[in-house]
Amino acid sequence: MGMRLVKNGLGALAALAMSWAVTGAALASETTTLGVPVPWAMGLQASGGPIKTAIHDFNEMVFWIIVGITVFVGALLAWVMFRYSAKRNPVASQTSHHTGLEIAWTVIPVLILIVIAIPSFRLIYYQDRTQEADMTINVQGRQWYWNYAYPDHGGFNFDSRPIPTEDLQPGQLRNLAVDEPLVVPAGRNIRVISTGVDVIHSFFVPSLGVQRYAIPGRSIETWFRADSPGSYFGQCNQICGTNHWFMPIEVRAIPAAEFDAWVATARTRFVASMPASSAPAVAAAADAPISVAAVAAPLAR
Amino acid sequence: MATAHAHDDHHDHAPGFVSRWLFSTNHKDIGTLYIIFALFAGIVGIGISLLMRIELQQPGLQIFADGQSWNAMVSAHGLIMVFFVIMPALIGGFGNWFVPIMIGAPDMAFPRLNNISFWLLVPAFLLLGGSMFVGQGAGAGWTIYPPLSDAQYQPGMSMDMALFALHLAGASSILGAANFITTILNMRAPGMTLHKMPLFVWSMLVTAFLLLLAVPVLGGAITMLITDRNFGTAFFRPEGGGDPVLFQHLFWFFGHPEVYIMILPAFGIVSHVVSTFSKKPVFGYLGMAYAMVAIGVVGFVVWAHHMYQSGMDVDTRAYFMAATMVIAVPTGVKIFSWIATMWGGSMRYDTPMLFAIGFIFLFTVGGVTGVVLANASITQILHNTYYVVAHFHYVLSLGAVFGIYCGIYYWIGKMSGRQYPETLGKIHFWLTFIGVNLTFFPMHFLGNQGMPRRYPDYADAHAGWNMVASIGAYVSIASFVFFFVVMWVTFRRGAVAAANPWGEGATTLEWQVPSPPAFHTFEELPRIR
Repeated sequence: MGMRLVKNGLGALAALAMSWAVTGAALASETTTLGVPVPWAMGLQASGGPIKTAIHDFNEMVFWIIVGITVFVGALLAWVMFRYSAKRNPVASQTSHHTGLEIAWTVIPVLILIVIAIPSFRLIYYQDRTQEADMTINVQGRQWYWNYAYPDHGGFNFDSRPIPTEDLQPGQLRNLAVDEPLVVPAGRNIRVISTGVDVIHSFFVPSLGVQRYAIPGRSIETWFRADSPGSYFGQCNQICGTNHWFMPIEVRAIPAAEFDAWVATARTRFVASMPASSAPAVAAAADAPISVAAVAAPLAR
Repeated sequence: MATAHAHDDHHDHAPGFVSRWLFSTNHKDIGTLYIIFALFAGIVGIGISLLMRIELQQPGLQIFADGQSWNAMVSAHGLIMVFFVIMPALIGGFGNWFVPIMIGAPDMAFPRLNNISFWLLVPAFLLLGGSMFVGQGAGAGWTIYPPLSDAQYQPGMSMDMALFALHLAGASSILGAANFITTILNMRAPGMTLHKMPLFVWSMLVTAFLLLLAVPVLGGAITMLITDRNFGTAFFRPEGGGDPVLFQHLFWFFGHPEVYIMILPAFGIVSHVVSTFSKKPVFGYLGMAYAMVAIGVVGFVVWAHHMYQSGMDVDTRAYFMAATMVIAVPTGVKIFSWIATMWGGSMRYDTPMLFAIGFIFLFTVGGVTGVVLANASITQILHNTYYVVAHFHYVLSLGAVFGIYCGIYYWIGKMSGRQYPETLGKIHFWLTFIGVNLTFFPMHFLGNQGMPRRYPDYADAHAGWNMVASIGAYVSIASFVFFFVVMWVTFRRGAVAAANPWGEGATTLEWQVPSPPAFHTFEELPRIR
């Protein structure tokens, strides 16, 4: 009775795993521009860029290998429990050695690990950094919000704070929506340099395949690309105090053609944050007279 | 003269209560103290997890006031389970009880040191528990990374109390490790070579070496954290020239061997149980013993797979990936050897065997998700998510804890003189099996979908699987309560246990002494042929 239950349990587990893979594959092939979690989903979030897609492909292979191993071990156990129960096998053998078997179950796992390791090594070198970045973003983790700086576009920076639940507009996601998203051009390689100001945070956007800690005293480089315009959400992923759970990340990819226009408005909106040497250029662009006060404006906070 | 002879006869006089239980120098009594302590700490640890799963059952903050109190509870849950439940039960409890008996030694090499090791845990546990009630609690995770664990971000006494608690628990482990190593290397009965030692003793030997080498590093790290917090040093403060990542290296240099410390004794117990209930010797004894040694040794050089996101150089990450995947090989050897032990056997499915088989399958599940996580490339999106939580709960809650239950059902008759009721034991097994799987399997899905760990509230999309996990948690907790019912029935109405209730498959020395063994197990050393 117990054994039948175990076999049923194993069958259910295998079915669950199969549906997991199917859902994961289905999600991966959806053409969605949103990087969000989906209710009851079992697989990875849909991919928004090449790093995540590469992870998906690699994960597919690893997933089927581990499902295979688990099903294999489960099947062996089920067989052994059935065939060698005391009822069916009253006299136990005393075999306790078989060199061939012992070699096999040492060597075959090594081969499986090599099969996993080769693409895995390629992938981490691909993920680490890009040699052809189109622009750089400085990400600062702070308690309990993010600060994004654009050093290639005049050095303005702004805070990105979560929207309190009571202020959410229809369509905004609770615990994920922010007031100022990290705006990037779609289809461009974005170099990210993360650091921390107070404690360690983690810049984590699953649908773009990116995660790096934001550590005080350390700059960490990585990169991502968002292939399609849309919003890609993430959350702080290293415990950082009382609002660790409420400092989300939104990466909003907009068409590259619109990005320069956005930069222009951003430089006006966040002019107070820019280094003093850039202030005259912005003031000129805004058609205002250059005042001594503007030139001598205090540096970014 | 006559009096001396009366003492030399097997006249089993136990000391008075205070002498016996407060000043014990008897490895069996100290083992009993450890097991009772672990069960009590387990009630506290599981109680905290009940509160956590109640909070996580639905989106929004329901019962926790704020993130800090959540963080303090999460951290306490982890520290309690690791240092005050699993380690005392497996190492202090079963290790103390059965290592001397299995090697034919009259007691541990340092019986009084053994007692200190136990009693150090009591103030340690009180300090950690107390830290939750003073100030704001120690809310930096069980991993206590600075700068969050530094004075500026965890002000007040809580964190310092937690750190001192770890010092005391660490001292307890180090002293115990020295005790085990000396005992096993020097006090085996004549004829018992290292290659004739039972596998549980092998597991304890490797565990003791890991403890001896890893725990002092934790001690150094937390001492540096205490001085950073209180005495103006800057080991981990960048503004003073220090580095937060240094703490991570030191912590995980301890932390990774620590997880093998928690699982190796369970490996040993499972080997014994599988062999006993298959009526066959363990397949490939030398392979099993040296697989454990390999796991222990390689376990020391993989620590930074917990730090893939901390800005290490990509070549360094590549090394740690490769080294971590290597550990899968000796672990696989053990899984297949257990199955080969059962192959051709004549198996009975009593409760210890159910837990052992459950262990083998569920540890495989947890182990393969570990292979996934070993790859820094995938870990990029799984690190610190619920996928990691699922992985380590599978290998701990469904691995080490199944090992503990396995040991209790296997040895309760020997330890207490009363056998457990078989039907109730089986019910406990199935309740536990269903509960813990229902709790932790959905967490793989949550991690895949990007739900971070240590969160009291989550994006609404994660609500479904969180509800399932919470229901599973209630079943698991019911099964834990049921376990105490089974124990109560055992002690009140259990059948008197024979010296060997398990038959010809039980071949180690503990089954040749009465149940329970005499106060001094061996008045005369056994000879091993």
